Amino acid sequence: MSDTIVIAELSKGKISAITNELVTAANQLGSNCTLVVPCNDSAIANDASSISGVSKIIAAKSGVFSNYDAASWAEALDAVSPSGIIVTSASTQSKDLAARLAARRTISVVQDVVEISNDGTVLTSPVYSGKALQSVKLSSDAVVSVRANVFSPADNSGSSEVQVIDTSGNVTTALKEMVQRASERLDVSEANIIISGGRGMGNPGNFSHLEEIADKLGAAVGASRAAVDTWDEIPHSMQVGQTGKTVNPNLYIAVGISGAIQHLAGMRSSKYIVAINKDADAPIFQHADYGIVATWEEALPILSSSLSNLLG
Amino acid sequence: MNTNVHQSNSLRLLVGDTMVNIAVLVKQVPDSNSKIQITGDRVDLSSVKMDISPYDEFAVENALQHKDSSGGTVTAITLGGSGADKVLKGVKALGVDNIVRLDYDGFMDSNGLQSVLASEISSGGYDVVYCGKSAADTGAGSTGPGIAERLGWCSVSNIIDIKFENGLTVTSPAEGGNAIISVNLPAVVSCDKGATKVRKSNVKGIMMAKKAQVEVKSVSPPAASVTIVSQVMPPAKPAGKKFEGAASAETVAQLLRDEANII
Repeated sequence: MSDTIVIAELSKGKISAITNELVTAANQLGSNCTLVVPCNDSAIANDASSISGVSKIIAAKSGVFSNYDAASWAEALDAVSPSGIIVTSASTQSKDLAARLAARRTISVVQDVVEISNDGTVLTSPVYSGKALQSVKLSSDAVVSVRANVFSPADNSGSSEVQVIDTSGNVTTALKEMVQRASERLDVSEANIIISGGRGMGNPGNFSHLEEIADKLGAAVGASRAAVDTWDEIPHSMQVGQTGKTVNPNLYIAVGISGAIQHLAGMRSSKYIVAINKDADAPIFQHADYGIVATWEEALPILSSSLSNLLG
Repeated sequence: MNTNVHQSNSLRLLVGDTMVNIAVLVKQVPDSNSKIQITGDRVDLSSVKMDISPYDEFAVENALQHKDSSGGTVTAITLGGSGADKVLKGVKALGVDNIVRLDYDGFMDSNGLQSVLASEISSGGYDVVYCGKSAADTGAGSTGPGIAERLGWCSVSNIIDIKFENGLTVTSPAEGGNAIISVNLPAVVSCDKGATKVRKSNVKGIMMAKKAQVEVKSVSPPAASVTIVSQVMPPAKPAGKKFEGAASAETVAQLLRDEANII
């Protein structure tokens, strides 16, 4: 069995909980898992020391990790990672990094893995926008990116030593400016709960009703392509679907969205789907775990107050 | 740190050293609205309408804008069988100068694919490569950054805006907002939709494209280390619960807590 390397996923400068899921996937693919934590300040790696199923933790310390630059990140992480199968998250940034890391080692990359066979040799990913599943076999080491909310997280009952290794890479791009989002609300690509509106919302001002629920749930607000194409006020960054973002949150609430194939392509792998639509025949209901046949004008206030009661 | 040297456009034109050799990678994929069928344990595309991968259209537009801004040539490169010529003719009609097809009809793993593309880019002497952020069939998004690594170039991915000044200035989504990044050539730029409006072909362009020759080149990829075992339809989701009337929103909220354990 191959040795495995997990590249820790970071969020707001800390190790993200999905890292535990990556460790589970790595231990299905091989053995002797080394967790590599890209960092400026090696203290953040201590948060990983209790993750079970890890043999060794390397805090890869370098100034290059201040801002994302694919080339230098790949170089700096390659330098400290042993050989074996490398596992990353399938976030937008980590898929990009996975591709560069694989190319650096002249090995292949398998992206968006949602299933690993019990013997660890067959990896399955969605293809054709989730309309089919493709299973592949590896005959040598590879870099594998793993979708969130698929593998059960490794528990936190372990204890591993953190070894700090200084590393570096040649930074090839320069960050001129970070333009922070005006709202505190999460982007759809970062959120575990998403509430999206379609053209059925009637006008862009009505998205405020979605925002109200989003704020209760800590959710992001998304939109269908029809909504983005129709209203200038709804930016493309909110678009979920084939020419927008592909998401797989724990909960996806589709409001006034009919469920065009374009939209389904971006959200069908969500763990739970709630649909609110006045048209009982809307295709979205075929994919919804919970469907509510009603106008959003009537249903959203009731959903909102019920959530308030539950969330206290 | 800002060491930008301002140079007037007229001076740059006089100097004439800003002509850029631009490549854009395009791929033929099933049309977004097509239904995917499985025959045996493989996807069967024989009756599916094929089209250019949606994000590649933004890559082509950015490549053409780069040429409009700096002067130079745009070469579109695809990898595929002769059926893929249609996509090349389509981008030729938009104003691409040269069209090249690396002739290969079959599966390549990412290592094989990137190795033949990187060698074509390298021998073509290109300064910049544009590609879509991912292809609609694999959804992987590995090709752009992978080629850049093999060439030793920088790469920026999923860009939603681009300006052609002092190298390139691109906007790319990052945690909490958008990063504005300056990039020196040579570079690989993978493109998202953003605010990009793509141009349409006109009759003259389409007539020219009809007559255009596709330059066909043979390739020999290294042996694959990833092989396809099967392609299947995703398992049907068990039927969900459907409720009539707005009052059921309360029931659904309760189910999200009790059954789904989400809230």
